[in-house]
Amino acid sequence: MIPEIGQFALILSLALAVCQTIFPLVGAHRGDAAMMGVGRTAATGQFLFVAIAFACLTYAFLTSDFSVLYVANHSQLALPTLYKVSAVWGAHEGSLLLWILLLAAWTLAVARFSAGLPEAFAARVIGVLGFLSIGFLLFALLTSNPFDRLIPAPADGGDLNPLLQDPGLAIHPPLLYIGYVGFSVAFAFAIAAMISGDLDQKWARWTRPWTTVAWMFLTLGIALGSWWAYYELGWGGWWFWDAVENASFMPWLIGTALIHSLAVTEKRGLFKSWTLLLAITAFSLSLLGTFLVRSGIIVSVHAFATDPTRGFFILTFLAVVVIGALVLYAWRAPSLDSDVGFGLLSRETFLLLNNVLLVVATALVLIGTLAPLVVEMMTGGKISIGPPWFNVAFLVPMLPLIILLGMGMHTAWRTQKADAWWRVLRIPAIVAIVLGVVIPLLFYGRVSLLLVVGCGAAAWIVITSLIQPIRSLRREKGTAGITRSALGMSIAHLGMGLFVIGVTIVSAFGVESDQALQPGESIEVAGFEFHMVGLSNVRGPNFSAIEAEIEIRDDGELVDTVRPQKRQYLVQKSWMTEAGIRAGLDKDLFVALGDQLGQNAWSVRIQYKPLIRFIWLGALVMALGGLIAISDRRYRAGSRETEATA
Amino acid sequence: MNRYVWPLVAVMALLVFLVMGLRHGDPRALPSPFIGKPAPQFELPTLKNPEVTIGTNTMAGDYSLVNVWATWCVMCRAEHPFLLELAAKKAIPIYGINWRDSRLEAIRWLDDLGDPYLASAYDEDGRVGIDWGVYGAPETFLLDPAGTVIYKHLGPLDAVIWQREFVSRMSGGGQAQ
Repeated sequence: MIPEIGQFALILSLALAVCQTIFPLVGAHRGDAAMMGVGRTAATGQFLFVAIAFACLTYAFLTSDFSVLYVANHSQLALPTLYKVSAVWGAHEGSLLLWILLLAAWTLAVARFSAGLPEAFAARVIGVLGFLSIGFLLFALLTSNPFDRLIPAPADGGDLNPLLQDPGLAIHPPLLYIGYVGFSVAFAFAIAAMISGDLDQKWARWTRPWTTVAWMFLTLGIALGSWWAYYELGWGGWWFWDAVENASFMPWLIGTALIHSLAVTEKRGLFKSWTLLLAITAFSLSLLGTFLVRSGIIVSVHAFATDPTRGFFILTFLAVVVIGALVLYAWRAPSLDSDVGFGLLSRETFLLLNNVLLVVATALVLIGTLAPLVVEMMTGGKISIGPPWFNVAFLVPMLPLIILLGMGMHTAWRTQKADAWWRVLRIPAIVAIVLGVVIPLLFYGRVSLLLVVGCGAAAWIVITSLIQPIRSLRREKGTAGITRSALGMSIAHLGMGLFVIGVTIVSAFGVESDQALQPGESIEVAGFEFHMVGLSNVRGPNFSAIEAEIEIRDDGELVDTVRPQKRQYLVQKSWMTEAGIRAGLDKDLFVALGDQLGQNAWSVRIQYKPLIRFIWLGALVMALGGLIAISDRRYRAGSRETEATA
Repeated sequence: MNRYVWPLVAVMALLVFLVMGLRHGDPRALPSPFIGKPAPQFELPTLKNPEVTIGTNTMAGDYSLVNVWATWCVMCRAEHPFLLELAAKKAIPIYGINWRDSRLEAIRWLDDLGDPYLASAYDEDGRVGIDWGVYGAPETFLLDPAGTVIYKHLGPLDAVIWQREFVSRMSGGGQAQ
């Protein structure tokens, strides 16, 4: 009964989404306030019914209702409650429902917080979001219904993929999706502005906070996914350039470009058409990512079950959305050419370069992701081009980006006097180069060109990011100090610096070693002694495991005891590696069990990962920067007042 | 045409390409410029023992498979069980070229999943891969006893492709099993 209620709620929300699209768009066109008003109400109703559907599916999981096909395939009686909830979005149908729920939630937020916007503009935004909802609801109802029944119901379910039975992965998809879906708001703002033809700087100001929030969540979601891959897959890597990872990374890169481009449009009224194009692209790449992941067109470690009808549906939807948006763009953008100029040495120039480099990086990732597809179509073989290509290709635009980032922050809008600029930057530049040599040499005892470049670049970003906040701290009285949005920028860039140093050090000085080990034996890796005390059998709720107790000693002194496990999940009979990690800000010591070699001997993978935490810490700090930036008064005060005074 | 139309054109092209990607069915053989020619000469250290080298000469004398693989390649993992099956049946000598990979990872992979190869050459920087015209992994070359490339397959090997494309091209010794 409950699943039918969910199904019915989903159909009702489709009907409401149709109202949410037609009434406000027609109303805005005719200037009919009553029709426009329907948009907000319909959006609220749509959210309510999607939430009911989502709750029904969650209920089916919690009560282990195996007469629902999706539940039977992805849950099991003995599954811990947390994972019964996260199993709701553990596979295609449910994750699509989560996507729809989040889209409805974003729409609701826009409807609630758009009171300061002109009525017709807000109505168009809600209408466009409604159109996107229609697409996804139809997708769910026509090809991927999570409420399909399975009669007769099996006694027990097929269990959630053991890889997904992890707290990190339970919250990774929601964070990632909030980011993905959030770009639909920037998209809707862009479309609404293009429909109305009223493309002044206010549009950029309204869009900025929404875009930043979406970007923050995407940053956190990607970082969490990378962290999960590190400790759960047992390989100790943190990024694999897998097609699905790339699918989330491309919108992030374009979203980052969009944030920077929006700054120029808001402050200076420049790059208008370019900003619009980025807003369209960010969301289109989210859709493309969905298509790549869910159509099975590209082979990936975490691809969803494949089904060509799903592929065709998303592709059609993608085509309608993107072609529609770009036709509108081709029509409106030519009127946006700005005659405002800027000097060669100006913040505008640096932000333009930022955009170009980020777009190039995205294009390289896109090419790398689609290249196997090209080869497959021409020859029929499925191949992968792999990390070696990406690592090199990606570094090419990223290095100049990092160097320019430090300069751009200290460059004025319009035009900057070169001598004053050089006075600010010359000391940081020298210090960065010195640190680039000193950091690897002093702490790790080895230096190479790549290390100097990596550490120097990281030091460069960190120093240049800190100049402004420190200055404003020093002169506490008198001057107004730094604005929240400038502080947010500095913090986000600082995060980038932490990320770069983490990547540099861990790739240069990380040590991996595979060895055979049995109880009573010790091995030494990277100066640490790993001593296997013993092996024991442990039982979890739905798995049994072999657990090793391993003591880590440094110069005879006990650092920590870690307990890596090799788990066998009872239903799917699959083996999972649960690494034992001694985590620290300066280094991680990572122990994972490989295979049983003899009676008691195990192959053990031991890794020494210096500064690897800085990779995720950097992402966290970047997101924090975003949070600080959106708390700026400029956005909170609401655009109503600014309009009144304008 | 104004320049603001270009994004539209680019996206149309991409969409057409993606539709074709969904549509494409029948895998076809790759017309390789190497087919019918002697396999490119090489000399590389073996994966498991850097002291020992392996090369084109090692493979002569019988039909043999040269399989290009890497640990970062998802489809290599997919075809691996079939290679093990071929090796278990002693259907044909299989040599590997471990391509642009880490030695440690690769050895671990073979330890974990089983080793179907008589030996794997370790092509760390992908130079030999270039000589052999390798696009990506996995790729499999069929060599005749004289060391001539008689067939090349892109993508994972399976029983159907093996029967249809490989067995039919071998005569005599290669099929014995």
